[in-house]
Amino acid sequence: MADTDVPDAPVPDPKPPDAAEKAHVKAEMTARAGDVAAKQRRDAALRTGGIAVAFVALLAVVNVLAHGNFLEPENITNVLRQITPNAIMAVGQTFVIITAGIDLSVGSLVALTSVVMAQVTNALPFGGPGNFVVTMVAGVLIGCAAGWINALPVVRLGLPPFITTLAMMQIARGLAFLLAHGQPIPVHNTAPFDWLGSGYLLPGFLRLPGLPFAVLLMAVVVIVGALALGRTAFGRYVLALGGNEEAARLAGIDTGRVKMMVYMISGGCAAIAGLLLVARLSDGAPQNGSGYELQAIAAVVVGGTSLMGGRGTITGTFFGALLLGVLYNVMNLIHVESYTQLIVLGLVVLFALVLDALRKRYLAAR
Amino acid sequence: MIDAAPLLTMRDIVKTFPGVRALDGVTFDVVAGEVHALVGENGAGKSTLMKILAGAQPADSGEITVDRKKVAIDGPRTAERLGIGMIYQEFNLVPDLGVIENIVLGVEPRRGLFLDRAAAASEAAKVLAELGITLPLDRPARRLSVAEQQLTEIAKCLVRKARLIVMDEPTASLTDREIDALFALIAKLKAQNVAFVYISHRLEELPRIADRVTVLRDGRGVETRPMAQMPPDDLIRLMVGRALENHFPELPPVAPDAPVVLDVRGVSSASAVRVNDVAFQVHAGEIVGLAGLVGAGRTEIVRAIAGADVPTKGEISVGGKRVVVRSPRSAIAAGIALITEDRKAQGLVLGMSVRENTTLAHLAQFERGLFIDKPAEMSAANAEIAELRIRTPSPEQLVRNLSGGNQQKVVLAKWLIGHARVFLFDEPTRGIDVGAKAEIYALMVELLRHGAAIVMVSSELPEVLGMSHRVLVVRGGEIRADFARADATPAKVIAVAAGVAA
Repeated sequence: MADTDVPDAPVPDPKPPDAAEKAHVKAEMTARAGDVAAKQRRDAALRTGGIAVAFVALLAVVNVLAHGNFLEPENITNVLRQITPNAIMAVGQTFVIITAGIDLSVGSLVALTSVVMAQVTNALPFGGPGNFVVTMVAGVLIGCAAGWINALPVVRLGLPPFITTLAMMQIARGLAFLLAHGQPIPVHNTAPFDWLGSGYLLPGFLRLPGLPFAVLLMAVVVIVGALALGRTAFGRYVLALGGNEEAARLAGIDTGRVKMMVYMISGGCAAIAGLLLVARLSDGAPQNGSGYELQAIAAVVVGGTSLMGGRGTITGTFFGALLLGVLYNVMNLIHVESYTQLIVLGLVVLFALVLDALRKRYLAAR
Repeated sequence: MIDAAPLLTMRDIVKTFPGVRALDGVTFDVVAGEVHALVGENGAGKSTLMKILAGAQPADSGEITVDRKKVAIDGPRTAERLGIGMIYQEFNLVPDLGVIENIVLGVEPRRGLFLDRAAAASEAAKVLAELGITLPLDRPARRLSVAEQQLTEIAKCLVRKARLIVMDEPTASLTDREIDALFALIAKLKAQNVAFVYISHRLEELPRIADRVTVLRDGRGVETRPMAQMPPDDLIRLMVGRALENHFPELPPVAPDAPVVLDVRGVSSASAVRVNDVAFQVHAGEIVGLAGLVGAGRTEIVRAIAGADVPTKGEISVGGKRVVVRSPRSAIAAGIALITEDRKAQGLVLGMSVRENTTLAHLAQFERGLFIDKPAEMSAANAEIAELRIRTPSPEQLVRNLSGGNQQKVVLAKWLIGHARVFLFDEPTRGIDVGAKAEIYALMVELLRHGAAIVMVSSELPEVLGMSHRVLVVRGGEIRADFARADATPAKVIAVAAGVAA
């Protein structure tokens, strides 16, 4: 590509700038950065506001179509509960996709970790919060270990993550069935998990159903994910790696370690989703999580993260998961056939991808 | 044969890229059955001229005639139809297809809907028999030797009935025996009236193979002569030509007692061009220039020092302390900064802002607790914007939207933020305008005053000679000569770089 270099100095002035000039430029830049930040905030507010208005209008229409059922507090709570596992997995998937990778194994990892967690909780001689914590830690460790294995050939041999995670998808699913002998493993003592499976924060407050603890957990994962990506050095490295891996490496970033981390995060998130299923269904089933990987990828893509890497946000992913969840719910409420639902969801994902591609082309044309 | 009517004429060819006049009215002709050598420094316009001939790029103006008929070469297919074949230095073979498939690629004989394999095989065999060469016909191209790949490329041209074959640096990676075989083959084809344009930096081989030679310099054809009337000295003088332009700042002399900052001993690396047993020292306040041809291994040397390619052997010390270079990370920690050649591919994350690019290599400095201290980051970026006069509307501008010179300054800013003492500049001024160039030179001088040691790779000879205290000439991944600035004349440097002397 030819450099489009405009001669920018009227007279080349090779003297280093003096203190006064530097101070002036710094003040100018700081002010302009402030302006840019303010403008970005304004744009974001406008965009969000616009989306919110559109969303509310859509919901109003939907509500009428659904004979007033959609905006019932119970239904809203329901939607949030339904999107919880997917939103959590999509947070992990976002990190992976920003590095221009993909993690196809998360659905199977939900199955594997939920089976293992059911076995662990049954095997523990004690109940109560201790049982819950040990079970969760065991599940998350397995999820992270699987992510580590996913990343190893990617980092060491440069294999495409599509293939390594596809292999893990099969392996984890097979392992789950083997460990469970093909049958869901019932949890004997569900007490340590009931709060997460069906508990509410402040039930009956203002005569509302309250906030499910599962939704609260999702909120925690989303917030932690958003801070990690947006505010930490690690998050910056993930974005840099996805934007230009070689430049990131030459800037001294340990790109191998960053890749390892994102796949481990994705595996860990899958384990948390597995934990939610165990808590809600009181068993660990090897059939769990089938097709979840595509749901998670769909949420990430609809949320505006580029499959080419280098660009994406966790909040976008959350709204992507929310949008898909609302669509499902609405289609159910207005009795759209489940086959038609598949088509609609496919079209939504395609639409998001086309938008991303058009954006790319627009940038390339500049 | 030189009196014969030309097969090809290119007249007054002009091609401009934004900011550069790559070809400024070049006239060039080839007669049937001759080998016409095309020489010139890097950036003289050889590749651009040949790309226009091959239909890879359109000319802005000028006229091309083939067989005295005016033609418009609007694409590679047209060039092919006119009988022009191109063999680039990087071969264009499909690695997993066999020799036969590669030879007939795009002109496959068919029978009805299907490929006619038998016809393809016999066609390929016929061409190879005419050439008097044997190739393993079913072997995939990736498993062929370089010489075999080249023969496949030649056969590919002949199947397409090429009457003019352009070869770009054909002997760059051949052994002496393979070169002999290639020259014999060229002679044979000449006898069948095939013409060659022969691009090479290896001036010593031209008298063996070329009938005529054209020298390009700065996008102009400076001279065309029969090879027999072109002694090597004339050739080099014509290639370099111009007096050194005097737009370089005065370099402060290196203090006689300046300590050695960078000490490289016996470094080798297994990169594409192998670096072999390279040793040199750079003192505080000194610029050492690495001169040489493209592909000589200059970039690979600085990459090995910076850990971009991991050195397999040797020792590197910075400020007297031994550094174990295992990755860019370890080199950066030791105070070594590599300002890469290709800023878009290696230096910048284009989709990130000026601020984010500036702090990328030293983000740990800006961490407060778990999070990045964004105001501190901003103020550091603003300081560099002021220091380097980066022309950007704000630190939040994406570097994608900056001009080449300003992008290069962002790359520099990234390394000025740290505490580097060794700066390795690889083609620091490529593709940027004169004003930005002057500013980058001034910055280098400023770095010297602060005791930095600088290594500069540049393909622009005037730049190497004008901005270095010492010049090392690199060829084949090794340092072949070490000139003090006063002794480094363009002719001497080119002679060593091209392997004519020393």
